[in-house]
Amino acid sequence: MAKQLPKLSEYQYGFRDKDVSVYRTGRGLSREVVEEISALKGEPDWMLEFRLKALEQFYKMPMPNSANSKWFSILPGDLSELDFDNITYYVKPSERQGRTWDEVPEEIKRTFDRLGIPEAEQKFLAGVSAQYESEVVYQSMQKDLEAQGVIFTDTDTAVKEYPELVKKYFGTVVPPTDNKFAALNSAVWSGGSFIYVPKGVKVEIPLQAYFRINSENMGQFERTLIIADEGSFVHYVEGCTAPIYSTSSLHSAVVEIIVKENARTRYTTIQNWSPNVYNLVTKRAVAERGAHMEWVDGNIGSKVTMKYPAVIMKGEGAKADILSIAVAGKGQHQDSGAKVIALAPNCTSTIVAKSIAKDGGKVTYRGVSSFGRNAAGSKSNVKCDTLILDNKSTSDTIPYNEIKNDDIVLEHEASVSKVSEDQLFYLMSRGLTEDEATQMIVMGFIEPFTKELPMEYAVEMNRLIKLEMEGSIG
Amino acid sequence: MATSPKFKIEDLHVGIEGKEILKGINLEINGGEVHAIMGPNGTGKSTLASAIMGHPSYEVTKGHVYLDGEDILEMEVDERARKGLFLAMQYPSEISGVTNADFLRSAINARRGEGNEISIMRFMKQLDKTMEKLGMDESFASRYLNEGFSGGEKKRNEILQMMMLDPRIAILDEIDSGLDIDALKVVAEGVNSMRKPELGILIITHYQRLLNYIKPDYVHVIMQGRIVRSGGPELAERLEAEGYDWIKEELGIKDETVEQKA
Repeated sequence: MAKQLPKLSEYQYGFRDKDVSVYRTGRGLSREVVEEISALKGEPDWMLEFRLKALEQFYKMPMPNSANSKWFSILPGDLSELDFDNITYYVKPSERQGRTWDEVPEEIKRTFDRLGIPEAEQKFLAGVSAQYESEVVYQSMQKDLEAQGVIFTDTDTAVKEYPELVKKYFGTVVPPTDNKFAALNSAVWSGGSFIYVPKGVKVEIPLQAYFRINSENMGQFERTLIIADEGSFVHYVEGCTAPIYSTSSLHSAVVEIIVKENARTRYTTIQNWSPNVYNLVTKRAVAERGAHMEWVDGNIGSKVTMKYPAVIMKGEGAKADILSIAVAGKGQHQDSGAKVIALAPNCTSTIVAKSIAKDGGKVTYRGVSSFGRNAAGSKSNVKCDTLILDNKSTSDTIPYNEIKNDDIVLEHEASVSKVSEDQLFYLMSRGLTEDEATQMIVMGFIEPFTKELPMEYAVEMNRLIKLEMEGSIG
Repeated sequence: MATSPKFKIEDLHVGIEGKEILKGINLEINGGEVHAIMGPNGTGKSTLASAIMGHPSYEVTKGHVYLDGEDILEMEVDERARKGLFLAMQYPSEISGVTNADFLRSAINARRGEGNEISIMRFMKQLDKTMEKLGMDESFASRYLNEGFSGGEKKRNEILQMMMLDPRIAILDEIDSGLDIDALKVVAEGVNSMRKPELGILIITHYQRLLNYIKPDYVHVIMQGRIVRSGGPELAERLEAEGYDWIKEELGIKDETVEQKA
């Protein structure tokens, strides 16, 4: 089997180091490993220092559990099998080409086929090839963006080419001290996207990591930083519905977003992790006066996901909308939710969280609506809906409210429903099979989510849900 | 396929939670005929409709139901539907997030089978035309299936589905309940426009009112889980004028019910 090396000459925008020497750090984490990562990337000293400080922080912080963490005081996800010593923290992209198509499990290949994913892309997603061949599309998009002064690159490159911007914002929204996994990411991060949108610039097309995904981007510890300057707009889309086949068991990303005055940012994620992965992600945005942050977040697959997209509404009249779905199947726990924090007057936020549990899967909505002393006139509306497909599956809703101002409105609705016998009977009485009827009910349930996705993602999403639901009933 | 359907209910016994509700129903419906089953509340009318369609809460303990010679009681609910059985329900379910149009197209395609799907253009045309006939605003196509529909809107929607799916045997379970007179007329016109040799209709109703607009060929009265009287349209008129008591007297029935009143 030919080993396909990345075509480096085509990387005009420098997605990663051009050094292709085969390298991987051994298993386990140490100061040396962090230093090596930084040296391999040829990073400036300030980034190495940042990493090392974060590593100390990581060592200091305990694994979050119900005893030491208020956030996880109720029914925390089970991380007991996560072994930090058995993880490889950095693998150079060229090294990742070791896998051949024959080694990819049949099940994954079948799913690719049924999702209608082109072969070249299948190989990329399965980790067989280093890049998905869409350079042409990407380059023409890149030209338009440059003309507008928009920076869209990977974070490694940004550290070198835009050090002032990175230095100013990196780690300001999610500091390494935030939680153990943020500290870990800060120490060993690699890849991720960096976006800067200048004042008043509205980026018309969604920026898709999809067009420029390479194995570095899809790494375990990617770090994304987006700065939407005053009055700008950007929609960033990451991930895809295809299963992300990973032999490594930990994905721990950090996403930081700064939405300046009157700017708007939408961040759409759909991730479908293979069932061995711990997906522990910290995503947070700061919204300044009149700014609007939207998270659209879809979590499918993984072993345990812990992910709570957050918006800190720092300026008056800031807005936050968080829309998420989580699908948990056999042996899976989706512990996800949202955090909205109003620190200024007249902030408004909505959270819509939709969860589906089937085949013994577990879904937990964990969320917070927080109103600071200055949050007079602020409103928050939270709606959590769960659909449970069988008697083996479970769901929990754990909302936290923190209210330090009397002049606020907080609404919380939660519903748990089952696919009812009557609904199935109704649809089947019109000729749909039980599977088709179930799919239809499930797709209807997540429709508020799918309708917010760019068209091609919505189509993929629907196909994926169909696949997920096949044979899950009866 | 035979153009005219033959539908036969033979000694049908049905129970719910161990309690027998239907105690031997016999009925034959041929294509082109309209039958009406009437009876006071709680006599087993709706049980009959649900059991024929195959609602899982109802247990058939004895008897057969044949459509074109095949015993449909052996079939799954969806298979019955694809054979051409249709039930307009008294309380249709609401399905959030699924538009009426998407649902209907899926249902039509389920009957037509893979490789023979209806073209979107043809479907939309047919849908527009049928909704217009039923006086339904075109926004109904994109509204979620029955969600937030008034009682009357739901009933119209059931008839819309019947007209679009073009079944061989249609059972209409109390489609007149909750309808004002204008809506009733529209719904009845819709049903009448479907009358043809390829369709047999069974109307289940509490009131004779609907039968002023959809003239039945046969009328049956159900009490205590059995058909106790059958006749022509004149039977319905007598029931309208005199109520059910005279039948009870003739048969010596004190309590006509078999199930709890709704």
